[in-house]
Amino acid sequence: MYRYDQFDRSFVAARVAEFRDQVARRLSGELTEDQFKPLRLMNGVYLQLHAYMLRIAIPYGVLSSRQLRKLAHIGRVYDRSSGHFTTRQNLQFNWVRLADIPDILAELAEVEMHAIQTSGNCIRNVTADHFAGAAADETVDPRPYAELLRQWSSLHPEFTFLPRKFKLAVTGAAVDRAAIQVHDIGLEVKRNERGEIGFAVYVGGGQGRTPMIAKKLRDFLPERDLLAYCEAILRVYNLEGRRDNKYKARIKILVHEKGLEEIAASVEAEFAAQPVATAALGEAEIARIAAYFAPPRFAALPARSAVLEDAQTEDAALCRFVSRNVSAHKAPGYGVVTVSLKPIGGIPGDATSDQMDALADIAERWSFDELRVSHAQNIVLPHVRLDDLPQVHAALAAAGLATPNDGLVTDIIACPGLDYCALANARSIPVAQEISQRFADLDRQNAIGELKLKISGCINACGHHHVGHIGILGVDRQGEEFYQITLGGAEGADCAIGELVGPGFAADKITDAVETLVETYLKLRRDPGERFLDAYRRVGLGPFQEALYADA
Amino acid sequence: MPTLETELYRGGRFVADDAVYVADGDALPANALAIVSKKRYLAERIALDARAGRLGLVLETADTLDGLEGALDRFATVVLRFARYADGRPYSLAHRLRHRLGYRGELRAAGDVLQDQIVFMLRGGFDALEIAHAGTRAALRANRIVVVPTRGSAPAAQILDAAE
Ligand code: HEM
Ligand code: SF4
Repeated sequence: MYRYDQFDRSFVAARVAEFRDQVARRLSGELTEDQFKPLRLMNGVYLQLHAYMLRIAIPYGVLSSRQLRKLAHIGRVYDRSSGHFTTRQNLQFNWVRLADIPDILAELAEVEMHAIQTSGNCIRNVTADHFAGAAADETVDPRPYAELLRQWSSLHPEFTFLPRKFKLAVTGAAVDRAAIQVHDIGLEVKRNERGEIGFAVYVGGGQGRTPMIAKKLRDFLPERDLLAYCEAILRVYNLEGRRDNKYKARIKILVHEKGLEEIAASVEAEFAAQPVATAALGEAEIARIAAYFAPPRFAALPARSAVLEDAQTEDAALCRFVSRNVSAHKAPGYGVVTVSLKPIGGIPGDATSDQMDALADIAERWSFDELRVSHAQNIVLPHVRLDDLPQVHAALAAAGLATPNDGLVTDIIACPGLDYCALANARSIPVAQEISQRFADLDRQNAIGELKLKISGCINACGHHHVGHIGILGVDRQGEEFYQITLGGAEGADCAIGELVGPGFAADKITDAVETLVETYLKLRRDPGERFLDAYRRVGLGPFQEALYADA
Repeated sequence: MPTLETELYRGGRFVADDAVYVADGDALPANALAIVSKKRYLAERIALDARAGRLGLVLETADTLDGLEGALDRFATVVLRFARYADGRPYSLAHRLRHRLGYRGELRAAGDVLQDQIVFMLRGGFDALEIAHAGTRAALRANRIVVVPTRGSAPAAQILDAAE
């Protein structure tokens, strides 16, 4: 993985010193909360309902065991012995004290981490496919490009006070596990017929109150032009993006209001005028960064593992885990393991400090010391030998981390909602917990098959409800928590925004409504291979509306 | 136009400044750096270009550079005003001035110029800062500005006085 060089180290150290000074000025009263706010936001410090929250960047979701142990330690010393993994490949600590934050940042710096640009109207943590460098279906490893973008966007002097936040995501596989079409800039790394590397460039996607699917600006931007082109997009956005209304300030609105053609013309003109010095990425620089992401030394193994297959015949739980949570790896004899942070009835994305330590140990021993954070709020062990899976499964089970529900109805994404968030209309976590309990039976979950359920506590859509097969949105109805349901959203290459099914449901009715939707699907699907999303796309809202509102 | 007392920081120290912001329609001072708006410059371009005294241009945060192509050599300074520091348009105007329009003269930041942003400004191509904020001036005098290094930029120690 990428290792900080001298520059990164002095950068982060100076940044900690700078923030320590700012916190001291705030605590002494020299800075008011209003003056301090933008400064703390630039360091990932939010003020929530009950406490300050610190959001730590996990660049493109890649973690080493040393880093995860540090996060476990910080959770133990400064928080309530746990942390919360988010949909943006970040980790949030919900109960930190402001006075401790400079020390936490100094601890993070020891393991080459920080919280810079995890909030504020700047370029946020660059996200990438959590299976990068591992998945069998990958064309090009997106991580070197995500790292180049990270370096370029860190404290970029020109783009630190944009009209609104700006999110980039990179995928290197056509299936798109990084949801690039709902990002401000989405990049798909690919190869052309000559084998050269380039990018499909999408712009103007996003969720929030005005969900939009990104539009394609370039089908094949040559590799060397990555930064110069992104810079051109950002400059056009910085100058032309709306600043009169924060709800219309994202680039998606600019693209929508001006139209793709006009935006493309402005971006291309800006790109053509880029100064030569910054224009092209050198081959040597690309190779230097790519070297950090060289594949680990995989052993030459047969594609199938007799050890695993034998163990599976005797252990139903292992069998279930392997069929659900292990995905195809590019190296024969290896698998990509998804560790669900969605135990039945748990808080989606939460991990205790002890669990983080256990995961760090497992990764160190069995996954080349590497972990990933997925945007589905799970952890990934990217490179596990199939032969080792029985042991890995046992170790995960001992830590309460072997829930075999990857992609199933209980693998719910949920934002913090009204339990933490000052902007929330309604709680998300208890809804997730109740639905999870209702569908606890694994046989039933497996019979239902892939179903992505996503919950947001307000229209900001942090829980990605717009792209859930079933999306749940918390709204406020005369002071009461209410939940609207959307159907048919999807986040991958077949990206779609879910459609509102009808009037909302009270908190004590929402789980029943979800169950009604699921039962309706089971009755109308053609065969078990037709997923909820496929069936919805075939039949539309009608049958679901009838089932939900029949008695109304 | 500036009602607050301001000081000019350039090349690592505070320097004397004889700039006068001239309201549209007012007469230009003879022996000072006369700074005019874009609107006035474009309207009176021929007369202003022919004038002997030093001339500067001030661009408001929402101004564009349209119409200024080829005009910039005329100015002793171009001032970009930050209406609010959180409105970052002047940074991109600065980039376009430097790189698209080839402006090589003094580029001055004015308006909401504060301690925690001036390093971005100096990196972004500004080489003079007109500072009204007392705390920021004190911090500069006491050498209390933390410079976070960034890749490819000048070493930290040079940033604050790199302007010359
Ligand atoms: C609790 C503190 C949080 C606050 C105050 C907050 C605030 C916001 C706001 C205001 C937006 C809408 C921005 C816009 O549309 O312009 C937003 C969007 C978003 N947030 Fe959060 N959020 C919080 C927590 C989270 C968490 C925990 C996650 C990850 C689980 C997250 C991930 C996202 C994502 C993915 C979006 C939508 C993407 C997009 O804007 O296109 N946020 N958030
Ligand atoms: S969706 Fe709303 S309630 Fe949920 S975290 Fe985001 S801002 Fe808070």
